Order: sequence, then structure tokens, then C-alpha cells
Amino acid sequence: MTGPALAFLGDFGEAIEFIFKERESVSGGVQIGGLPEMLGFTATHMYVSIVALVIAAALAIPLALWLGHLGRGDFVATATSNVGRAVPSLALLAFFISFVGLGYTNVIFVLVLLAIPPLITNTYVGVRQVDRDTVDAARGQGMTGIEIVRKIELPLALPAIFGGLRTSAVNVVATATIAPLANVQTLGEPIITPQTYGFVGQLGASILVAVITLLVDFIFARLQRAVTPAGLKLASPARRRRFPFPTRRSPKSA
Amino acid sequence: MIGLPIAQGLQIQKPGGADDCVASNGFCPEWIVDNIDRYWTPLLEHVYLTVAPVAIGFAFSLALAIVAHRRRWLTGPIIGITGIFFAIPSVAAFFLLQPITGLGYTTAMVALVSYTLLIIFRNITDGLRNVPAETRDAALGQGMTERQVLYRVELPMAVPEIMAGLRIATSTTVGLAALAVFAGAGGLGSEILVDKRFKSNVVVAGGLAVLLAAAFDLMILGVQRLMTPWRRARA
Repeated sequence: MTGPALAFLGDFGEAIEFIFKERESVSGGVQIGGLPEMLGFTATHMYVSIVALVIAAALAIPLALWLGHLGRGDFVATATSNVGRAVPSLALLAFFISFVGLGYTNVIFVLVLLAIPPLITNTYVGVRQVDRDTVDAARGQGMTGIEIVRKIELPLALPAIFGGLRTSAVNVVATATIAPLANVQTLGEPIITPQTYGFVGQLGASILVAVITLLVDFIFARLQRAVTPAGLKLASPARRRRFPFPTRRSPKSA
Repeated sequence: MIGLPIAQGLQIQKPGGADDCVASNGFCPEWIVDNIDRYWTPLLEHVYLTVAPVAIGFAFSLALAIVAHRRRWLTGPIIGITGIFFAIPSVAAFFLLQPITGLGYTTAMVALVSYTLLIIFRNITDGLRNVPAETRDAALGQGMTERQVLYRVELPMAVPEIMAGLRIATSTTVGLAALAVFAGAGGLGSEILVDKRFKSNVVVAGGLAVLLAAAFDLMILGVQRLMTPWRRARA
């Protein structure tokens, strides 16, 4: 079955061929694999991931900005990140499947829950890391609380916030792989149903998932650089204040 | 190669006069008490899937960190490469490794070890760098060699940060080991997948994973307190 060009890659060659060329399923009868089917899975995969990330960001970032501005939330920030790390993504998904049911809404809900902790921790720490002198100077110039958040704390916390978005995006895209357990056909579909797709399908889908996740990681890393204010890029790292829970300890949930 | 037959769609055999609760896949304390035995083996597998990768990952990271401590320029590339490992989803890694390492523990172990490297390495390097320059100078002034400074001053002083890294790596590994079922390595994840609609099963298997993470966390915290008596005196 393997084309001569990719034969030297062994299983991997066949898996790459699976991504691009249709073939008959293991159990027979249906055509599987090929670019159109893979693009369909990828579209669903990206859809649930993006929706979940947007919802999580809309909930977590404003909340953490506000807590950070007030300076009351050390406990919330550490507790969410600790709990977030302790709950396995598979356990969370299974919990929702057994107690709430299958389907898109539940999968997105699980992904939102997974995306929230890094966003809260990073945003909170980002705001608290802002030099207090800068905030005092802004207040002395007559800025209101909202102005301080919007013009001082938010811009200076952006690199940390995007660090959180990067971690969450990678986790969400990775976890969306097990969404087919809840009947949502993401790229995990060939992985979860080897009786149809076989090992070649599992390997092909894994290659796609890995490539997409690395791309997402790369894109968010670039975004993080892009939103870093010029002043912060110039400041020597030594001058930035250390915090008890540095933002770059990115948790991994899938 | 044949695809891994994941025990999906199977259901837990529910003997003992399937009452309403069990028949409706409910949360049944009685069933849990009667069937708790079935979770021992997966739990032990899970412990093994956590302890071994963290221990091996710690050994690798410590060696890398000590090398990078003398040759600072290595830190960037090491973080870059381990960072790429870290970003690869575990489920994908478990399959990508199978053509090389086959189905089973080895595959799970290689992937899980690779994920601990970034976390532990970064914390050790941070810990070593945060040792005050005056402390180092004082040690050198007393006639210690660079080597003695590292093993008798810098590493002990970095213990809190190293332990913090171990805690993060351990709880992360407990979570990822739940997916090791995709590498054919068992663990609590395989028990979850046996019957993901049965509430009792999901709660017990998932709950055990969370408890395991908490237990490891407390244990490492305890070890840290024992290893850093000077911190206790201050607090």
C-alpha cells in the first residue's frame, strides 16, 4: 500500500499517506483518510478550541485584571493553578460525559474549564508585577482606577496575559484530541476508533495534532513578543520584580 | 501494526443484583464499596507511571542543569528543545513513539520523562541563579573550590525552588499518566475508559487521580521541610 516515495519512513510514511490519500477502512466498506476528511476533523478541532479559548479569556482575564488591580487574589491565583494541574483532563471529560452527557456544549465546557486556570494566574501575576511606583505616579497624575487598569496595568501585563493564552491554547488544542469520547469528531476521531482507522489512522492523526499544536505554540509565542511594550523589552531582566509564582511555569494538561 | 483496541463501549460487569442505581449508571456508594478492589492495580500502575518518570526526569534535569550552570550558553538551547517536547500533546506523543518503542510502558515512560525535563530544569537553573552573589563569594573566600560551592552551598540553597519544580512536575505527570492508556500502559485512565458513562466508576477513578496528586504534593512538601531546616527556624 505504501507509495515508494515514502516507503523508507515505514509506519510514518504510511501515516503521512493516510493524511493525503483515501483508503478503505480496516473493517471494510467505508473510505477513510484523505485530505477532505482530515480537513473536516481539523475544522471541528479548531472550532471547539477557538470557541473555548475565547469564552475562557472573556471570563478569566477581566476577573484576574480586577483582582490584580485590587491586589487581593494571591490565594485565588495559586489555588486555581494548583487545582487546575491536579485534575486530569481525561477525568474531567469523563465526569462531564457521565453526569451531563455527550456533545459539543459539554466538550467546550470542559475545554473552557481547562483554559481558565493559566489565564487567571498569568493575568493576576502580570498585573501584580507592574512596578508599584508606576501605578502611584499614574494615580498622582489624577488617573482613576479604571484608567490605571486600562492605560497602565493592562498594557504592562500583556506579555504575561499572552503567556497565559499560549499555555491555554496549547492545552485546549491538545485536549480537544480526546473530544471524540464525547462524540465530537475532532482529529482524535481516528485515534479513538482504531477498529475503523487502524494504527495508520492513529499515527496519521497524531502527526497532524502534533504539528497543529506546535504551530499554535509558535504563533502565540510570536504574538507574545509582538505585544510586549518596547519599554519592557529594553528593561534589563534583573530590574523586573520577582514574584512567588513566576508566570512561565506553564502547566500542561494533555 | 494493529491499532490499540481501546476498551470503549465495553461496560463494567455489574454483578450483585443490579439495582436501579447501578443499572442507571448512577453514583452508587454501595457499588463503590463492593468494587473498590478493581481500582488497586490501576492505582498502583498510576503511581509507577508518576514516580518513575519524575525520578528519571529529575536525574536528567539535574545533570543538564549542572552542565548548564558552568556553560551558561547551553541554557537557552536546552529550554528551547525541552520546550518543543513539552508542547507536543501527550496523546499524540504516545502514538508517535509506538513505531519506535512499541505498545506499553516504555512508550509512556519516554513521553512522560520528556515532559518533566522543561519544568524541573528551569526550576533548578532558577534556584542556582538566585543564590546571592555574596553567599558564593563568602564560600569561595573560605577556600572552597567551585565544585564544593556548587554541592555544599548553591544546590542546598536552591532546594526550595527545586522542590517547587518537582511538585509541578509530579502533579502534571499524574494528570498526563491518565492518558497513558493510549500508550497501552494502563493506569487510572484505562479504568475511566472502561465505562465512561458509569458515574460511580468515573468519580472513583478520577477522584483517585486527584487524591494521588494531592498526596504526592504533600509528601514532597514534607521532604522539602525536612531538607531545609533553616527555613523552618525563620518561619
